[in-house]
Amino acid sequence: MAKTIGQEFVKGLWEEIPPFRLVLGLCPTLAVTKSVENGIGMGVATTFVLVCANMLVSILSGVIPSKIRIACFIIIIATFVTVVELMMQAYAYQLFLNLGIFIPLIVVNCIVLGRSEAFASKNKLVPSLADGLGIGLGYTLSLTVISAVRESLGTGKLMGAQVFPSSFEPFAFMVEAPGAFICLGLLLCIMNIIGKK
Amino acid sequence: MGDYTVLIISSILINNIVLAQYLGICPFIGTSKKMETATGMAGAVVFVMTLAAIITWTIDTYFLKTLDIEFLRTIAFILVIASLVQFVEMFLKKSIPALYAGLGIFLPLITTNCAVMGVCLINIKEEYNFLQALTSSISYAIGFGLALVLFAGVRERVILGRVPRPLQDTSIGLVTAGMLALAFIGFRGLV
Repeated sequence: MAKTIGQEFVKGLWEEIPPFRLVLGLCPTLAVTKSVENGIGMGVATTFVLVCANMLVSILSGVIPSKIRIACFIIIIATFVTVVELMMQAYAYQLFLNLGIFIPLIVVNCIVLGRSEAFASKNKLVPSLADGLGIGLGYTLSLTVISAVRESLGTGKLMGAQVFPSSFEPFAFMVEAPGAFICLGLLLCIMNIIGKK
Repeated sequence: MGDYTVLIISSILINNIVLAQYLGICPFIGTSKKMETATGMAGAVVFVMTLAAIITWTIDTYFLKTLDIEFLRTIAFILVIASLVQFVEMFLKKSIPALYAGLGIFLPLITTNCAVMGVCLINIKEEYNFLQALTSSISYAIGFGLALVLFAGVRERVILGRVPRPLQDTSIGLVTAGMLALAFIGFRGLV
């Protein structure tokens, strides 16, 4: 039962990597992965909120009455989301415009609330920090993979650099909504094949 | 009146909240395995989304904007939605038990349904007036219900088919949703 800090961190990167293993937080996963840049930006923002919320929840878990804990968690999360929103507006305005309403919507991202409820409220500060960081980085990694697949197939480019020869006809379909659903569905399928030895 | 017709059609079909705006995917995948749960969820969403949009619009216009504290919007909205859901649950339990029995278990789930919060934020972002906000939120909610019920119908058939093992469950669900989204792209020519 007793896991080391390292294990708590690593499990987020493979064993419980969202959204492939924990099928949570699908909306931003589908919406922002049109380009790698947006994917990474969203991942980093979510990681920040996850780490901060996990830490604060684990510190306050003794004080919060269990009946209203969900409401308290949501307020904690909303506070950090506001911080991220204001910081992005100040330092990464283009990213802020690209991500649009999906930044305030981190509040209702089930991954964040899920980790507060399932992990941080029952564990001490340091493991919660490791858990938040691990799950956050795992999420960033997944978003990067999905957006890399979609951007390269959908536009033939990856972060501005041409990856396919110019004779390649981009699937405009991949950067549209249906492409997002099908791409994530197939990636989940690949993860299932790798996971089940 | 013409503007409102365009708004209704585009909110239900063209900018469908699930299939084009990527909001509310979790309940969309989670409650669509059976037609019964899908219709329950759709009903609950229509009810809460409309109420939430009206209340958040009022708070934003008369409170946050006049006091110049718009940076508190995220916190204010989520609190409103969470308490609204609680309130609706208590109200229905007491006064309309039949409806409560039908919607009951879906109500708490709506707090973390990003479609509800998403619609409230879209209304503010598009700077709709009260009537437009009301129209768009009802239409978005109907669009959500439509997509959910259609998807549940397809999924009930998919379960009967022989799906390869790695593709089962969520994976095939997402691919099916992709096909449905492709069909909805066809509505783009409407307006």
